[in-house]
Amino acid sequence: MSKKVLVLGETREGALRNVSFEAIAAAKKISGGGEVVAVLLGEAVSEFGNELVAYGADRVITVEHPHLKSYTSDGYGQAFMAVVDQEQPEAIVFGHTAVGKDLSPKIASKLQTGLISDVTDIEGEGDDAVFIRPIYSGKAFEKVKLKEDGVVFITVRPNNIAPLEREERSGDVSSLSVDITNLRTIIKNVVRKSAEGVDLSEAKVIIAGGRGVKSKDGFEPLQELADLLGGAVGASRGACDADYCDYSLQIGQTGKVVTPDLYIAAGISGAIQHMAGMSNSKVIVAINKDPEANIFKVADYGIVGDLFDVIPLLTEEFKKVM
Amino acid sequence: MNIYVLVKRTFDTEEKLVVSGGQIQEDGAEFIINPYDEYAIEEAITVRDAHGGEVTVVTIGDEEAEKQLRTALAMGADKAVLINTEDDVEEMDQFTAAYILAEYLKDKEADLILAGNVAIDGGSGQVGPRVADLLDINYVTTITSLEIEGETVKIVRDIEGDAEELETSLPLLVTAQQGLNEPRYPSLPGIMKAKKKPLEELELDDLDIDEEDVEAKTETIEVYLPPKKQAGRILEGEIPSQVSELVSLLRSEAKVI
Repeated sequence: MSKKVLVLGETREGALRNVSFEAIAAAKKISGGGEVVAVLLGEAVSEFGNELVAYGADRVITVEHPHLKSYTSDGYGQAFMAVVDQEQPEAIVFGHTAVGKDLSPKIASKLQTGLISDVTDIEGEGDDAVFIRPIYSGKAFEKVKLKEDGVVFITVRPNNIAPLEREERSGDVSSLSVDITNLRTIIKNVVRKSAEGVDLSEAKVIIAGGRGVKSKDGFEPLQELADLLGGAVGASRGACDADYCDYSLQIGQTGKVVTPDLYIAAGISGAIQHMAGMSNSKVIVAINKDPEANIFKVADYGIVGDLFDVIPLLTEEFKKVM
Repeated sequence: MNIYVLVKRTFDTEEKLVVSGGQIQEDGAEFIINPYDEYAIEEAITVRDAHGGEVTVVTIGDEEAEKQLRTALAMGADKAVLINTEDDVEEMDQFTAAYILAEYLKDKEADLILAGNVAIDGGSGQVGPRVADLLDINYVTTITSLEIEGETVKIVRDIEGDAEELETSLPLLVTAQQGLNEPRYPSLPGIMKAKKKPLEELELDDLDIDEEDVEAKTETIEVYLPPKKQAGRILEGEIPSQVSELVSLLRSEAKVI
């Protein structure tokens, strides 16, 4: 049986997030030929509708309201449930993002359905779809499905499910008017701590530093390489604890879990907690002075050497060929 | 203030994982309080010490979970509740856990409920917000700072690395993110005192819950370990030649750049 699937589209800094396109691709698989309807919530978001269609949404519904300018679970919850009531979907896909993680349990609770969070892969299609997700900090995986009839609800981890090819397609972008009332949370301010530009959880390239970076300034050569490759800088807990960088950069069991195409670990020994956050990266490069460092066990390529020698040379070398 | 902390006993993920018959083997493994729940316990104790009241830690599990509850009591919680589901619930998912916890909490008039933002074993991060929805109270996830001033609650939460400052009010459920505080270690007098603190054990019957009401909505078909990675290649030679070899490997062999 084909399914009608709702997908929550998300914007960040005035653009759609990649994970929204990935969520559409996931929705296509689950739909088994059914309709994929993207949902955009915000103060002014209808301009993004056509882009979601280009990435595979059959139709887009926007809910625009001044109370949706910042995310709150009350505001987004009311708006999304209004769309659910109108559309009666058989499946729902969110990105496993700050918004998706916060909102999805509330919606699942209201629909009294199961929620399969942080999905990294989907096997099968339509009714036979089975969802794969990491457990035990990425040290194992489980295959999960919904037990009985009900709304199939998943969140997809950024950077794991390939988006569909962008094509000029046509699809209706309509708006739904919803009365958003009684917000119990008032957002006062957002202090930007993460680096400008590339979001760590969605970055295709990550240059991460550990204790071996030795100081705040030590991150500069890493940032330079990240900028050149269009990537982001990350860190181990050791580097954060030593105050070389903000905790917002931390990758690991506590901190962010990332799966970039290329992960360069510089001066990171490879504690098991750190590995939990990055071991599923597609290609891992380790740079460490200690040839016995654990990180070499998960690395595809390793250079035994001082990161302050290697990283600047690497930047120069990439400049030559790019 | 009437404070509750939702706690989960978890497999220490620093342990080696063994999978057989599609299940994680837990025999002999080390179990701990989920690290994010430790932040929640610490914050609950801090709030109680500042505003008065009582901290109750609640968990779902079997008798083994008593150990983690005693640890929470030794840290400074006042009371503990074990909802023992060993005989009644075969398969539990986030729906099940949230339903049971909400049934327990619904007549407790909690002012503040704290939980970890995610458990390091299952990693779904759903139970806290689901419980808040069932109790029809507000929730704020991944908090890094909590200040209660009269009716107003000022919170800073982590949103993918950025810090969001917000205001809300009690009753409230919050989930703890790393950075909220530094959880204390139980002191020796704390451990002695914990032995005498009340630990109540309940079953589904005591909460008037039918087994059918809490049947899991999702089903785990299989658990498996990721395929072993082939040993990587340690490059050799002078550093500059290693670097140029690496760049060409990344371009031609790994094709990631």
